[in-house]
Amino acid sequence: MNDNLYRYLLILGDNSMILGQRLSELCGHGPNLETDIALTNISLDLFGQVRSYMQYAAKIKGGETTEDSVAYLRSERDYYNTILVEQENTDFAYVIARQFFFDAFHKPLLEQLMNSKDETISAIAAKSIKESKYHLRFSSEWMRRLGDGTEESHSRLQNAVNDLYAYCMEFFQETEVEKNMKENGIGADLELVKVSFLKTINEVLPQAGIEYKDIKFRYANGKQGMHSEKLGYILSDFQYIQRAYPNMTW
Amino acid sequence: MVELLENISDEKLKEELLKISDPEIPVLSVFDLGVIRKIDVIDKDVNIELTPTYSGCPAMDTISMDLKIAIESLGYKANINLVLSPAWSTDWISEEGRQKLEAYGIAPPLEESLDAKALIEGERIVKCTNCQSTNTIMVSQFGSTACKALFKCEDCLEPFDYFKCLK
Ligand SMILES: [Zn+2]
Repeated sequence: MNDNLYRYLLILGDNSMILGQRLSELCGHGPNLETDIALTNISLDLFGQVRSYMQYAAKIKGGETTEDSVAYLRSERDYYNTILVEQENTDFAYVIARQFFFDAFHKPLLEQLMNSKDETISAIAAKSIKESKYHLRFSSEWMRRLGDGTEESHSRLQNAVNDLYAYCMEFFQETEVEKNMKENGIGADLELVKVSFLKTINEVLPQAGIEYKDIKFRYANGKQGMHSEKLGYILSDFQYIQRAYPNMTW
Repeated sequence: MVELLENISDEKLKEELLKISDPEIPVLSVFDLGVIRKIDVIDKDVNIELTPTYSGCPAMDTISMDLKIAIESLGYKANINLVLSPAWSTDWISEEGRQKLEAYGIAPPLEESLDAKALIEGERIVKCTNCQSTNTIMVSQFGSTACKALFKCEDCLEPFDYFKCLK
């Protein structure tokens, strides 16, 4: 088995999966019907992408492994999502800011992965990028609307950005696995993704009237399995059915 | 897309396959939708390549299951392969499919640049499926399913779905 490739698929898939799980918590709780539907649709798109990654990971691992066992049956330290996506749905501004930062990273990441030498990864990326464009459009519009809205919406968004932007540089801290995948022409060059990410940030945040230049980055190491306490709570929900009724299927 | 069926000699099988539709847009057959890329019948094996519309679309599992049931009820073995690449695009919806969509109350996708004008710049160009007016506005970029946006007609005041361009 190619350990680096397996681990790389988990890094890619876990980000979408944990964010998708966070968004699914909002099903029926969105601020209005349209945004509720939008957020759960985004969650569904992300889970669709996750299935492709996990099916591929299961194939690489072989044996009894299935997409479900890869997705559900790991312990906390074996999930490799970034810290940003496990942050809570504190309020709508947090939900939007978290989504926006993720989308601004995800779209250029997929653009690069479309050229991956690995045919399955490039196919997943080519499929996902179409959805990712819609997500970024949705979250950017809401960034502008909240930032340029009322005093209340502006201050809430500013708070969310102050907290969440601090986690964003983790996206671009290259792990050994990502370095190896990049060098083999399979993975993305995170430096290039970062250029594109910052371009989006530098365009949308000023339009939203949000300050961000002085925000200090926080150390984060989710891609190596070091998580905040929040992930444990997410997983206890997420894994409940598979833990309580092993091998259960729909 | 129904050319795909030309090489199949079993009329009954053809008939059953043509009945399979998208569970969320029942007027569209899987051929109208353009999600079936290839069908090969070799003896009692029916091999199908299926392409998902949106990656998380729950309709794909249902379509796959419906195909399997239809094929196996005629004594064949169904081998359904999900193929991701090249990715599905709304250009693959057949002309007949577009007409069926409109008659069903879903405005068919505009071409890419016009789609962006309607969704981003708010240009009034999507035709109301109820009164044909283009005096329409977007209410929500995401509608009842991921593939649709919700619109409202400012003339007849009816809401309707618009099938977003996906390229
Ligand atoms: Zn009308």
